[in-house]
Amino acid sequence: MQQTRAVEIGTGLFVFLGFAALLFLSTQTTNLEAYIGKNAYTVTAHFNNVGGLKPRSPVSMSGVTIGRIEKIEFDPEQLNAMVTMNINSKYNQIPEDSDASILTAGLLGGQYIGLVPGGSDRYLENGDEIQLTQSAVVLENLISKYLFSQGSQGSDDSDESEEPRESNASREPEELQEPDEMQESREAQEPQGSEEPK
Amino acid sequence: MKDLLSDAWFTAREFLQTFGASQLFLLRLLMLTPRALLRPGLIVQQVYATGAMSLVIIMVSGLFVGMVLGLQGVDTLSRFGSEEAVGTFAGLSLIKELGPVVTALLFAGRAGTALASEIGLMRATDQLSGMEMMAVDPIKRIVVPRFIGGVISMPLLASVFTAVGLFGAYCVAVIVMGVDKGEFWSQMQPNVDLVRDVLNGTLKSFVFGVAASMLAVFEGYNAIPTAEGVGRATTRTVVITSIVVLVLDFMITAFTL
Repeated sequence: MQQTRAVEIGTGLFVFLGFAALLFLSTQTTNLEAYIGKNAYTVTAHFNNVGGLKPRSPVSMSGVTIGRIEKIEFDPEQLNAMVTMNINSKYNQIPEDSDASILTAGLLGGQYIGLVPGGSDRYLENGDEIQLTQSAVVLENLISKYLFSQGSQGSDDSDESEEPRESNASREPEELQEPDEMQESREAQEPQGSEEPK
Repeated sequence: MKDLLSDAWFTAREFLQTFGASQLFLLRLLMLTPRALLRPGLIVQQVYATGAMSLVIIMVSGLFVGMVLGLQGVDTLSRFGSEEAVGTFAGLSLIKELGPVVTALLFAGRAGTALASEIGLMRATDQLSGMEMMAVDPIKRIVVPRFIGGVISMPLLASVFTAVGLFGAYCVAVIVMGVDKGEFWSQMQPNVDLVRDVLNGTLKSFVFGVAASMLAVFEGYNAIPTAEGVGRATTRTVVITSIVVLVLDFMITAFTL
């Protein structure tokens, strides 16, 4: 009798400990509110380039996380990326003309969407689209732009001959990609977001 | 040359036969499982023997694995100037890989060997045949409760291992190496996903539990009824379970990533 009781107590303790550990793992190490918080409204925004943005990245305003990205997909009509985000319905007074931009947390951190409030007195509602957007900054583009401006001002011959070639090589994939997409779209719609520098 | 070929053929056939027999055995265990659940007393005893008795080794191993992760993580990440990411590093590696896999290997060593030698000794001392004489199905009475006990214990043990490991990583990274306390958790939380990481790790440990328990009772039940046979069965349990767990781990990871 004593033996069975010890066994039962030990088993109970073990099972309890196991479930406590599981509970700890699922509540303390994950962001559970992203799954529970269903009281949210969705807003979409189009970006020319989403960079490293991923689903479930945060949407923040003044540095406070107010929502998460639900999904990112390619919009075949506008030929750019459509980002759908869930915003906590607690924050239902975001002006309609707010500006959404893709930012990077730290040098190596993940990317997120930062909202900057506009001045309109109409608020964003479920299913609305944010019109003013700013794409992710692609580091390679910045570098190639910088190298180009260096190259045109450059004084040394060797610098001039080397650097533009390098930057051309790094831009090649984009230039190859761009005509493809434009061809498909030509009959459908005039592409809006081709600000590609020359 | 001919000898070598026939040897290889024999080995391959034997391997296939063992593999098929173990699958059939698993099927038989699963079919008997619902009925065995009607006698929870037997299962509680096995959960105690395989789970509760393994707690100490699991917790101590988990603590030290976590502490090493904390040390190595801080050391490696400080080269990139991002020591704070050690929370993410330790959390993801413990939850997704180390927790389930190391627990399964320890489980094979601590509980699997006990199951195999226990059942093997019953076989060697004719206790199983005795039961059959009395019209008691030894699989139903002896094997299935042990199998279910192992399957219940494994995910719980893996969760304990992971939680204790995180505690160890926290202690080393925050208290010893001086990483910020809040950063440790706040870097981990947005990067660990409930379904993709925690649930996936738990699923892994469940699958490993089924594999490890099944292999242990299979080896024990089919042990050659001599002292040497029981020893062989115990050894084979550890060896085969370790290999199967690592192979399964790769397969599950490849399919769910």
